[in-house]
Parts: sequence; structure tokens; C-alpha cells
Amino acid sequence: MASEGGEKPEVGHDQAPAASTKVDWTIKGLRVLAFLLTLNATLVMALNKQTKTFAVGTIGTVPLRATLSAKFQHTPAFVFFVIANAIAALHNLLMLVVGFAGSKLSFKGLAPLVIPILDLVNVAIVSGGASAAVFMGQLGRNGNSHARWNKICDKFESFCDRGGAAMISSLVGALLMIIICAVSIIRLRNHYGYNKLALNSSVLP
Amino acid sequence: MSLSKRIPMLLLRLIALGASVCAIVIMVTSRDSAQVFGMNISAKYSNIPTFKYFVLVNAIASAYTLILLFFPSKNSCGHMILVLDLVIALLLDSSISACVAIGLVGKKGNTHAGWLPICGQVPKFCDHVTGAMAAGFIAAIAYFLVVLYSLHSVMNLFSLRA
Repeated sequence: MASEGGEKPEVGHDQAPAASTKVDWTIKGLRVLAFLLTLNATLVMALNKQTKTFAVGTIGTVPLRATLSAKFQHTPAFVFFVIANAIAALHNLLMLVVGFAGSKLSFKGLAPLVIPILDLVNVAIVSGGASAAVFMGQLGRNGNSHARWNKICDKFESFCDRGGAAMISSLVGALLMIIICAVSIIRLRNHYGYNKLALNSSVLP
Repeated sequence: MSLSKRIPMLLLRLIALGASVCAIVIMVTSRDSAQVFGMNISAKYSNIPTFKYFVLVNAIASAYTLILLFFPSKNSCGHMILVLDLVIALLLDSSISACVAIGLVGKKGNTHAGWLPICGQVPKFCDHVTGAMAAGFIAAIAYFLVVLYSLHSVMNLFSLRA
């Protein structure tokens, strides 16, 4: 049993590198894209601010003016969005560095396991942040007549447009990160002993 | 081997199924009405698109879990089930996150946007929605554990045989 377990990974290692270099470079390219998209979402939403002056009423013939500003900090969902995308961008950068430097170091033991698990956690964080911001944006764009909440996008158009662009960028980044996570989970097969018997009977209830 | 590995998975899936069905039922039966300044304010879950999305995602999750419980276990599509589990876990996670965001606006309002909190006027609706969100949280966490357990079963991850 010990010699069987010792031989199998070696055979897998010999066959794996030639076929997986293409996959490696595709994953690295996707990670670069995901990093750029989440970074873009963070920056666009963090710098999202619009100030407008409204005429609120008149005293005699002089119009009263009030200056209102829309910032991303006013809404907790957007704050969560910025933080979540910042964490995901940092994670992608870290994984890129590890991926490029990993060919020189050799990882043993638990190290190759950490990458897919961190990917999984970060995908969850990004998807949570993106969906919270999307629904807050929908509320701002359409308002809610039943709760007497007025829409704000007709007055602060560029704030809403920039927020929408950040959301789209974050959603596409989340999609790419899901693909990366799935591939990095499947590639665990080459590192750890892969029990084919376990595949069929234990996943289903 | 198979029975001792299958029981925790079955338990987790049953918890997830129960939690998501509870979330649907509690959210759908939430309604309240109040008289404010002579106006009739009635709150239903369908007035707010986020809660409709929450009900939809939990319905998808419970239907998926139900179908999986009756699946014959001799098939060899463990990988596809793992991927589907991941997708459903992420959907649940996004739905609960959106509900919390909208719930915060309903509970505390947003002074910068001129949105008043509505929980003071329709407290029964707010309590129902809070209960549904708690069930949704449990379903999301249970599904995440299901994904981790699937990974462990399929890939034999947590045994250190490098």
C-alpha cells in the first residue's frame, strides 16, 4: 500500500507538467483580469462622489439654495462593496505573486491546499458585496413607492452611472474568480492522493 | 467507509433544506399594515424586489436539495454535483447579503437620501423579515459546509498524503 501510494503521484507528476502549462498560463491571465476588474470596482466606487446645488424654495424673489452631496460612505452596502472588492483585489495580487514565484519554491504539505480554500472564501466575499451593492443601486434608481422612498438617480446621475460601472466590473470579476476557483480545486488532484472510489459514493447523500 | 461519510453529508443537506424552506415560508407570510396620517401603509414582501430574489434563490436551493436527496448514489457525476453545490452556495450567500443591505435601510433609514425607516410603523413585517433572514443565514452556512465536505470527500483533502 505504501509503495502504491508512493508511485502514483510520481506518475501523475511526470504526465502533468506538459499538459498543464497551457492551463497554468490561462489561469494566470484570468487572475490578472480578475485583479484588474476588482481593483477597478474598488477605485471607481471609492472615488464616487457628486455634489449638486438645488433650489429649495424662495424668499420673496431670492431662491434658497441647498447643496447636497452623494458619497459612497452614506450607504453601508457601498462601504461593504468597496471593502469586499479591495480584499478580493489584494487576494488576486497575492495569488499572482505566489503563482509566479511558486515555480522556484516547492510547496509541500498543506500549502497547495490553502490556495483553493482562499479562492473559495474570496469568491463568497466578492459575490456578497456585489449583490448588496446591486440591490441598493436598484433601490436608488427606482425608489420604492410602497415605503415612500424616493429615487435619487434622477438628481445624481453621474453618481449612479459610476456606481453602475463599478458594479458591472465587480460582477464580471466575480464570474472570473468562480472559474479560477473551480479550476484550482480540480487541479488539487495532481497534488494529493486522488481516491477514485471516494468520488462516486460520498458526495451524494 | 461509505456510510460514515454519507451520514454527515445527509445531515448537512437536510439542515440546508429545512432552513431554506423555512426562509421561504416565513418571508412569504410576512405582511403588516398600519394607518399613518390617514394613509394606509401596507407592507408585503413582494413590494421589495430584494425579498422576491431571496425567495427565488431559496426556492431554487430547496428544489435542488430535494432532487439530490432522491438521487441514486451509484452515478459518477460527483464533480458536477460539487460545482452545482458551489453555485447554489454562492447564490444563497448573495441573496442573504442583499437582504441584509435592504433590511438596514428599512430599519435605520438613510438620512442622506431622505429615506425614512419603516420598521417603526410596520413592526410585525420587520420581525418576520428578520426571522426569514436568520433562516437564510443558516441555509447559506449549511451549504458552505456542504461544499467543504464535498471537497473533502472527492479530493480527500484533509488527509496529509502529499
